[in-house]
Amino acid sequence: MSTTQSTGAEVRLIDVTRSWGSVTALGGVSLHVRAGSFCVLLGPSGCGKTTCLRIVAGLDSATSGRVEIGGRDVTALPPAARGVAMVFQSYALFPHLTVEENILFGLKARSVPAPERGRRLARAVETLGIGQLLARRPGQLSGGQQQRVALGRAIVAEAPVCLMDEPLSNLDAQLRAEMRAEILGLQRRLGITMLYVTHDQTEAMAMADQVVLLRGGHIEQDAPPAELYARPATSFAAGFVGTPPMNLLKLAPDGTVAGAGGPVLGEGGARLAGIRPEALRVGETGIPVRVTHAEYLGADTVVACQAGESRVLARLPGRAALAAGTPLHLAADPADIHLFDAETGARIATRDR
Amino acid sequence: MIRRETWQAWALLLPALLLLVAFTHWPAVATLIDSLYTTPRGSRPPRFIGLENFASLLDDRVFWTALRNNFIYAAATIPASVILALLMALAVNTALPGRPLLRMAYFTPTMLPMIAVANIWLFFFTPDYGLFDQVAGLFGLGRHNWLGDSATALPAMIVVAVWKEAGFFMIFYLAALQAMPPDLREAADLEGSSRWNFFRRVTLPLLMPTTLFVLVNAVINAFRLVDHVVVMTRGGPDNATTLLLYYIYETGFRFWDTAMAATLTVVLLVLLAALAWLQFGVLGRRVHYR
Ligand SMILES: Nc1ncnc2c1ncn2[C@@H]1O[C@H](COP(=O)(O)OP(=O)(O)OP(=O)(O)O)[C@@H](O)[C@H]1O
Ligand SMILES: [Mg+2]
Repeated sequence: MSTTQSTGAEVRLIDVTRSWGSVTALGGVSLHVRAGSFCVLLGPSGCGKTTCLRIVAGLDSATSGRVEIGGRDVTALPPAARGVAMVFQSYALFPHLTVEENILFGLKARSVPAPERGRRLARAVETLGIGQLLARRPGQLSGGQQQRVALGRAIVAEAPVCLMDEPLSNLDAQLRAEMRAEILGLQRRLGITMLYVTHDQTEAMAMADQVVLLRGGHIEQDAPPAELYARPATSFAAGFVGTPPMNLLKLAPDGTVAGAGGPVLGEGGARLAGIRPEALRVGETGIPVRVTHAEYLGADTVVACQAGESRVLARLPGRAALAAGTPLHLAADPADIHLFDAETGARIATRDR
Repeated sequence: MIRRETWQAWALLLPALLLLVAFTHWPAVATLIDSLYTTPRGSRPPRFIGLENFASLLDDRVFWTALRNNFIYAAATIPASVILALLMALAVNTALPGRPLLRMAYFTPTMLPMIAVANIWLFFFTPDYGLFDQVAGLFGLGRHNWLGDSATALPAMIVVAVWKEAGFFMIFYLAALQAMPPDLREAADLEGSSRWNFFRRVTLPLLMPTTLFVLVNAVINAFRLVDHVVVMTRGGPDNATTLLLYYIYETGFRFWDTAMAATLTVVLLVLLAALAWLQFGVLGRRVHYR
């Protein structure tokens, strides 16, 4: 690696809020992204991901709270002085400029000398494989190519922090998977800090060092992907992550599944029991269910069942030929059963974990 | 045999075609023909004289004055109204308090008929009592007959035309500015681009299609908008404000020299066609259409 290689800077949000009149987009968000790590802001539509990113970029200002980049308070600084580059969801390429002019726009604006511009352009072109596109205009490029150019414009800035707002949402599934690997590889190679917004949990799980799950302007959980999967902090986090996501079963006062009976899953009361579809197996004993629908996916089959008042999905290996109406017993290891408060959604610590 | 669709198509086109032929194409052709004949007077029928009318124009001093005036008028009103329109559009495109009011104020002159505009300005230019002289009086300057002095009469006409037109062109610029995605601005902000750099390298090039459209209109208007001359100066003093179209009007409807008026009209048409061709040819190639 060359000595001019940009390296990441840590990003810190301290109790950041943002509201427009009575609409509160962010209500007290605090988060710490380590230098050089890949952080994904995940959440459903309207939860405040874009707002959060724009506040880091300085395109929007926080109503209260503080933003620090590389240990420096940047809350009052304009976007250009913060050391961030950004890839917009719409790419925001200048339609009248060629690819080359688009990539070099910022360097020219900052009066970077021509030889240095040439060096950075050459490196971006090589990294992204866009050499044959340089003389074209954005209108003459495919979505994937525009995406690469937008990436190119962000990396020639050699900013320590890169922000991306759903950069892959306009691409088809195949290209999305390709670009996912490419962006991750790029981030690792350049060593920059990445703040990446998406509403697609598979994208978050595949790319992130740290996932920040947002809901209604609050952080629901801030954890590495493995922990988010293994120990969801709330029933919302449990129901958001995984394909298909975790089953949430209402428990009767006696601790069995409400309306279905079967084994005791946990102390009863106003509780939800969470079991991942892949943790369920067909057994002699277990929760009595009735099959409603089975979907064969190749490696496994997702079986939809009714257990009393709750719907349950089970991911069973191979091809499980199960007709609708078939009665089954679904069993799970006690270690795979998560308990949540039905009112607050908060995780309830169990003895063994 | 003619196919059914063919005559149906002609039948559907007929009403529009009739109107166009009757009121546009035929008069244009008739004008061209008239310019090659003498003016019929009394019992004398028109006589074919070839290009003699055009030749006599070359010796017509008033024609040359009108042509010169019109070029000065165009050279001043076109850039002034277009630049002013752009500046006003940029001003009302930012988030100011009272912005709708400002937009309306800028647009008002466009909604007023030119005759009304001319009357308002007639008052502004009145010696002693007029707005200009009253303001000038505050600074201790003497009275001035703005419209009566052949040195200031044409500039006065130019000011009125710019005042009238800028608001109209502003609307087009404003629409184009509002259609520009705001994330371009944000991307440039992040890249450290100054406001001026962004304006020069992004806004202005992206406004080029609008500019071309506005310019074509401004050129046409520079040769077409003469209502205020009729109301305010009648071409005077000493033909100082005689513009080409006003001269055509005088020749045709005051002196009833229809052949000469037709000849002048042909000259005006050729002039406008040449200018339009120049604009689309030269500017059109540099315009980036999205
Ligand atoms: N300029 C604004 N004025 C008023 N409310 C706004 C504004 N911008 C965003 N909001 C509100 O703030 C909330 C969060 O918006 P934000 O754009 O951050 O959501 P998001 O998580 O990015 O959603 P998506 O996944 O749909 O892009 C929404 O309820 C939105 O309506
Ligand atoms: Mg968003």
